[in-house]
Amino acid sequence: MNNKFITNIRNKFFSSPIDAFLTISILYLIYLTIPPLINWALIDATFLGDNKKVCEGGGACWVFVKIWFNRFLYGMYPNEHVWRINLPFIFLVLSIIAYNFLNAKLKKYLFIFLILPFPILSLALFHGGLLGLEIVDTREWGGLFLTLVISIFAIIFCFPLGVLLAMGRRSKLPVIRYVSIGFIEFWRGVPLITVLFMAGVMFPLLLPSGTNMDKLVRVIIAITLFEAAYMAEVVRGGLQAVGRGQYDAASSLGMGYWKSHILIILPQALKLVIPGIANTFIALFKDTPLVFVVGLLEILGMVNLAKTNPAWLGMATEGYVFVAFVYWIFCFAMSRYSLKIEERLKTTH
Amino acid sequence: MSAIIQLKEVNKWYGEFHVLKDINFEVSEKEKVVICGPSGSGKSTLIRCINRLEEHQKGEIIVDGMTLDENTKNISAIRSEVGMVFQQFNLFPHLSILDNCTLAQMWVKKKTKKESEALAMEYLNKVQIDDQSKKYPGQLSGGQQQRAAIARALCMEPKIMLFDEPTSALDPEMIKEVLDVMVDLAKGGMTMCVVTHEMGFAKEVADRVVFMDEGNIVEAKKTKDFFDNPESDRTKTFLSQIL
Repeated sequence: MNNKFITNIRNKFFSSPIDAFLTISILYLIYLTIPPLINWALIDATFLGDNKKVCEGGGACWVFVKIWFNRFLYGMYPNEHVWRINLPFIFLVLSIIAYNFLNAKLKKYLFIFLILPFPILSLALFHGGLLGLEIVDTREWGGLFLTLVISIFAIIFCFPLGVLLAMGRRSKLPVIRYVSIGFIEFWRGVPLITVLFMAGVMFPLLLPSGTNMDKLVRVIIAITLFEAAYMAEVVRGGLQAVGRGQYDAASSLGMGYWKSHILIILPQALKLVIPGIANTFIALFKDTPLVFVVGLLEILGMVNLAKTNPAWLGMATEGYVFVAFVYWIFCFAMSRYSLKIEERLKTTH
Repeated sequence: MSAIIQLKEVNKWYGEFHVLKDINFEVSEKEKVVICGPSGSGKSTLIRCINRLEEHQKGEIIVDGMTLDENTKNISAIRSEVGMVFQQFNLFPHLSILDNCTLAQMWVKKKTKKESEALAMEYLNKVQIDDQSKKYPGQLSGGQQQRAAIARALCMEPKIMLFDEPTSALDPEMIKEVLDVMVDLAKGGMTMCVVTHEMGFAKEVADRVVFMDEGNIVEAKKTKDFFDNPESDRTKTFLSQIL
């Protein structure tokens, strides 16, 4: 047994001088980086206390994250109202978990509820103004909450728009085709940061005076249009991969353009490009910090704000590590979820 | 017997390439016509024009009294009366065999799920794969897939069935099971246009055989005549190579 273990190690990691060299180098690299990191993040770190002065261990000062935690999560949203944020998000998480255990019919109802009425109800709850709820202006929204609001709404809207644009680009009708091509190439050709700047600063100047459109809404629309262009190209890749024979078969059964696309072509095309769609969604999620250019502070923006607070100077590292960790959790979850969907939709052996 | 399919002076070009040249062709009700010829002769294009998977540029195609032109209403009416079976089966890979057979019934013919499934199972039983109805196309053999594709087309209860080289993509041992289904269908009185190289099938069920070459109909005769007294040299050479 022991002998076998050693042979195994030798075969896998020391089978040639180059292998041995690489193995030892990597071990040395791990030795150089991991222990100091653990020291900094855990062993020498300070967790207790309520100001910067308690942080004397030389490690990370997690007190900073602890004290600012609510601000990182909810922005300037008033503390006594954060239940209005927590409630829908807890419901969302529970629904996603429950989804796996429901039968097909309930699944359908839950899905429809989650993509249509639920976002609207949540927005009403976040914003308030009805049922005696106090209005919380979108200027006070921030932190991870804002990150999620922007990305979830942009994802919900950019997906169908992208699909339509992809179909439009392949249309036989020249007007629809050229409009789609023009739209896609325009939005893919400009940097998101300029789009956000235009939406936030220039766009209101173009509106007739007296009319006003919420800045957050403008930002979500801008990100939606921007990401829809990318989504369109991903979906178009999928549409091109579905063979001519599938169109022929659908047509020969009497299905027209919409029926054959909705029932036959899109389900296959979208399945093929799930990795690309997940990629676009993850990219969208990670693009949200750019909303700082119009003065909206999502989680990274809140950290940037907190680290400039005179009482908490020098806390940038802790803040950024925390933000990186939060982003990683969400992106990794999206990645795993897309893999799970791929697995579930497999129809061959 | 009246003609259910009529083609008059039909011409088609792919860019510069003239695929169909002044085709005149008729199929009567309940008639079985086999179309053969070397590859590139335009035989697939010809039957694909009958349900307008391909557009013809000149001439007239009339199916069951309806003229095929830009009128989309006519096109969908004709497609609902014409079933088609393809060389590559073209089953929908994301749906089970049963769903393949019920989808168009429900969405095009607006039938209920229950009715559609009953009819689907009837036809799947007829082609002897009712026990595979819950499987996906990727889990079946080529022969089974092609039989499922035939059942799918029959579920729309068409008056005419078009077959575009239905056995050309099959392994030799699976050809017979598909041909058997087609023979049964022919004996049941279906109007059929079959593009195939299976001359045995032609001899057994076809009323007429049409030989095409380079976009022309070279010869079209009663089956027995076609094999016993071919007129043109082109047909003779083709038959000598294939038989």
